Amino acid sequence: MIGPVPDAISRDDVIHVARLARLSLTDQEVDRFTRHLGDILTHASDVASLDLAGVTPTAHPLPLVNVLRPDVVVPSLDRQEVLAAAPAVEDERFMVPRILGEQA
Amino acid sequence: MADSGMLSGWEMVVGLEVHTELLTATKLFCGCANEFGAEPNTNVCPVCLGLPGSLPVLNQAAVDLAVRIGVALHASVGPSLFHRKNYFYPDMPKDYQISQYDEPICSNGWLEPPGHPRVGIVRAHLEEDTGKTSHMGGDGRIHGAERSLVDYNRAGVPLVEIVSAPDIWSSGQARAYVSELRAILIAIGASDGRMEEGSLRVDANVSVMRKGATSLGTRCEIKNLNSLRSLGRAIDYEARRQVDLLNSGGVVEQETRHWNESTGRTASMRSKEEAFDYRYFPDPDLVPLDPGEDWVDRVRLNMAPLPADRRAALEAAVGEDASSAIAGQIATVVELGLDGLVTAAISEGVKARLAVARAANEAAAAADAARSLDAGRFVQLLKMEDSAQLSASQTKAVLAELLAGAEGSPEEVAARLGLGSMDSAVLDAALDAVIQAHPEEWERFRGGDNKVIGFLVGQVMRSTQGKADGKAVRAGLASRI
Amino acid sequence: MNQALEIAKAVRAGERLASEVLEEHLDRIAAADGALHCFLEVSQDQARAQAARIDAAVVAGEDPGPLAGVPVALKDNFCTKGVPTTCASRILRGWVPPYDATVVGRLRAAGAVMVGKTNMDEFAMGSSTEHSAEGPTRNPYDTDRVPGGSSGGSAAAVAARLAPLALGSDTGGSIRQPAALCGVVGVKPTYGLVSRYGLVAFASSLDQIGPFATSVRDAAATLEVIAGADPADSTCLERQAPSLVAVVDQGVQGMRVGLAKELIDGASPEVRKAVEAAADALASAGAVVEEVSVEACRWGLSAYYLIAPAEASSNLARYDGVRYGLRMPAADVEAMNTATRSAGFGDEVKRRIMLGTFALSAGYYDAYYGQAQRVRTLVLEAFAAAYGSFDVLLGATAPATAFQLGAKMADPMQMYLSDVFTIPSNLAGHPAMSVPWGVGADGLPIGVQVLAPALGEEAMFRVAAAIEEASPPLAAPELVPSEVPHGR
Ligand SMILES: [Mg+2]
Ligand SMILES: [Zn+2]
Repeated sequence: MIGPVPDAISRDDVIHVARLARLSLTDQEVDRFTRHLGDILTHASDVASLDLAGVTPTAHPLPLVNVLRPDVVVPSLDRQEVLAAAPAVEDERFMVPRILGEQA
Repeated sequence: MADSGMLSGWEMVVGLEVHTELLTATKLFCGCANEFGAEPNTNVCPVCLGLPGSLPVLNQAAVDLAVRIGVALHASVGPSLFHRKNYFYPDMPKDYQISQYDEPICSNGWLEPPGHPRVGIVRAHLEEDTGKTSHMGGDGRIHGAERSLVDYNRAGVPLVEIVSAPDIWSSGQARAYVSELRAILIAIGASDGRMEEGSLRVDANVSVMRKGATSLGTRCEIKNLNSLRSLGRAIDYEARRQVDLLNSGGVVEQETRHWNESTGRTASMRSKEEAFDYRYFPDPDLVPLDPGEDWVDRVRLNMAPLPADRRAALEAAVGEDASSAIAGQIATVVELGLDGLVTAAISEGVKARLAVARAANEAAAAADAARSLDAGRFVQLLKMEDSAQLSASQTKAVLAELLAGAEGSPEEVAARLGLGSMDSAVLDAALDAVIQAHPEEWERFRGGDNKVIGFLVGQVMRSTQGKADGKAVRAGLASRI
Repeated sequence: MNQALEIAKAVRAGERLASEVLEEHLDRIAAADGALHCFLEVSQDQARAQAARIDAAVVAGEDPGPLAGVPVALKDNFCTKGVPTTCASRILRGWVPPYDATVVGRLRAAGAVMVGKTNMDEFAMGSSTEHSAEGPTRNPYDTDRVPGGSSGGSAAAVAARLAPLALGSDTGGSIRQPAALCGVVGVKPTYGLVSRYGLVAFASSLDQIGPFATSVRDAAATLEVIAGADPADSTCLERQAPSLVAVVDQGVQGMRVGLAKELIDGASPEVRKAVEAAADALASAGAVVEEVSVEACRWGLSAYYLIAPAEASSNLARYDGVRYGLRMPAADVEAMNTATRSAGFGDEVKRRIMLGTFALSAGYYDAYYGQAQRVRTLVLEAFAAAYGSFDVLLGATAPATAFQLGAKMADPMQMYLSDVFTIPSNLAGHPAMSVPWGVGADGLPIGVQVLAPALGEEAMFRVAAAIEEASPPLAAPELVPSEVPHGR
């Protein structure tokens, strides 16, 4: 089921998408990205408008299936090395500022 | 049903999502140990930390357990695909979760909780667990915390999420469903079933509808149900809340709610309006999974007997004694995996009731040890009780020793504890001494006041340090009247 | 000349010391890289230790491997244990991986000496190496021009003879296009022939690792070393590395070569001429050359710019300031994620993340991402039809020679068009490579592209060797450090 070709992207779309992607944009950046993304999506409208209803999508170029590994423990990384890369550590754990958005 | 009667004119409709951690040696997509309680951030590698450049490779054992779950739940097991579920959260190393979306490994099964109607299973799929976040400052809960600390040992641990149909109509049925599911998962070796350690986690989708209505109401999803008791209480509370809301002209909003065990209430979890758009797409780092008929057949053939079959087998072994009074004990015995002990005892001639009771009560108190207890020793011990060589309390004491790891046969253990049927001369002496020491009570007893017998027996037990058999003491007292 | 194989031969024979070879190259880097900026990191300590090990092995009578003592430069998106790996991004500046990419281990085991990490477009997103947080790399043939991208640092390093070999990654042409612009050989193997484990992902279903070299034979030897099954990559084929060096001299007698219309149309006249000249040369060498149309390639660019950003938007979510890399301070975790990503990513990366997020978002998935996946099927079918009649296809690598620095920075769509001929092979997962064919009027190198079906590397290398054999001479760039402008 192929939907209709969407209109090019709006300013609000860009703001919404930036939020989903955890990016903050200045007003000028919103303008610029709206224009750029619009250009690209306009170019992509040749693809969006093709009638491909009977065509199976290809997610992956290789026809591989069931790639599995044995359930065997291998050594983990050294904790000091792992934590040394972290921006903030407390009590051998990764420290982050408070998590909003949920209260319980 | 009794518990929905409270909702006069309304019915609750519940669907459950049960996440179970799988009993594999390693995580779902890497070779780090799948282990509870390790030092923080010690079971981590580039893959489960989401380091740049790392790639997932699927654990064969996790697939095997998922197939077992599918077979045990009478589901069809078929081709499946891993998708990425994209959202930001600090306990998720890649900021997406690898999960199965529109093509789960298991679909369309069912489960019949004992004594309740059958519940449909919509799907069961494989996915990875997140890390563990601790909230610091404030009162230790997420709200009001100053900062959070993340341990990624749990990140990438294999989960199977089992989604029921909205076929559950009471908190009793919900509890029975989870209890039976838990027993199945334990029986097939998929899970240790420890709700308190989070290896089995339940979310409930609760809605209410007017009795006789045909379309479902708006549902709320309740999180943080980490015991059967919480599950039952939360569902009843939430259904009541929704009915009250609707009765007073309100509307139920679809949302996620958190169960607070100490207040006995559910509360809305999202304070900020969050746009949920998970942007699922097939994970290009993984290839499709199709266990195929051979794999499924192999699992089916090697499947451990399921709790329902084992209960039936145990009931058959108990025979005429399998009254409803001990049905609950039988269920416990099966759930804890102690039915092997009981059937062994019954087949050796031990009274069924006794075998079931000792397993469901005393052995159950140390179920892990009991499961690894040699059945021969259990049978020997129960025979000693059956033949009055040991009193009930003595038997329990010996069993406790055996479960604590004591070496030797039950006789040897009993002897070490100084237990065993008491020499009659010693018992006579003890009886006489108690009668002499408590003449008033003895006279009342002789005068027919049976209420005082407990006191006298207690005195004898005390003076013999519990070694006397209660039955023999009563008989001795009676014979002296 | 086969620089890499000559070095390995001499080192294995005990005629040259790996350490000497290394010092020569470190000297060249020191002299020229200030002007070119190929390297983000020169790992001389590790390199010297590895060279010493190679020399000790030779003295001990052991064979240090087919690439013994050959200096190799790695694009900065390969994880290298103990050596910073930044993807030319502010968000990963200073990050030191605790593990090696599979290919890095294979190169080391083959005796190669890793000399450093090369500049690139940030997270491999770009076609000019100008989208680097550390400033652009310059084309060794004209330092006012771009080297192409995104593996521009690797291409320029090999062109400038700062290393005889380099590795790059190719998601939409990021090896072949800079190879063409810098006048070196660049190979994108069949998807799954080389393990991606340890390659920082851009678009997982398209990314593939491959070599840069100054000769087809050197490239073949390198691919033999890095190819082969890897249990750490689920998408890596269960297949031995092909024997390529052994076949490059077999010639093209009787081979069927399709001159692909869609991979030439739109190229500059001199690029078109070069491809036609290469086709004539193949015909003279005994191949059967005919024109062929692979029509679905026309939609490749559009499909690519939906698929690659979609996968990238998810692959790059992990740069959130929690576990590694940059963190910008903020009062809560969402604000911290946002501040970190906004400060850490450059414009092109943000553009693609947003484009990909949009293409996957509710209501648009089918029209954009789903539709692009269907186009991918069409491209596969079109190639399959063409390969029914031809062993390989021939086309241009890039539409034109290297452009001026800054020329396309303001117009992303123009920049994206640089990859129009290379993208179809990525969508199909097929191998393709660029081979130099002389220079244009401005003295800048031109590349000819050879494409083959999946696992058709042997045919591809045979044809590439024949093109190399017949190609007009291409002098190494003249580098006089005092004459080339400094500046990043
Ligand atoms: Mg889930
Ligand atoms: Zn791991």
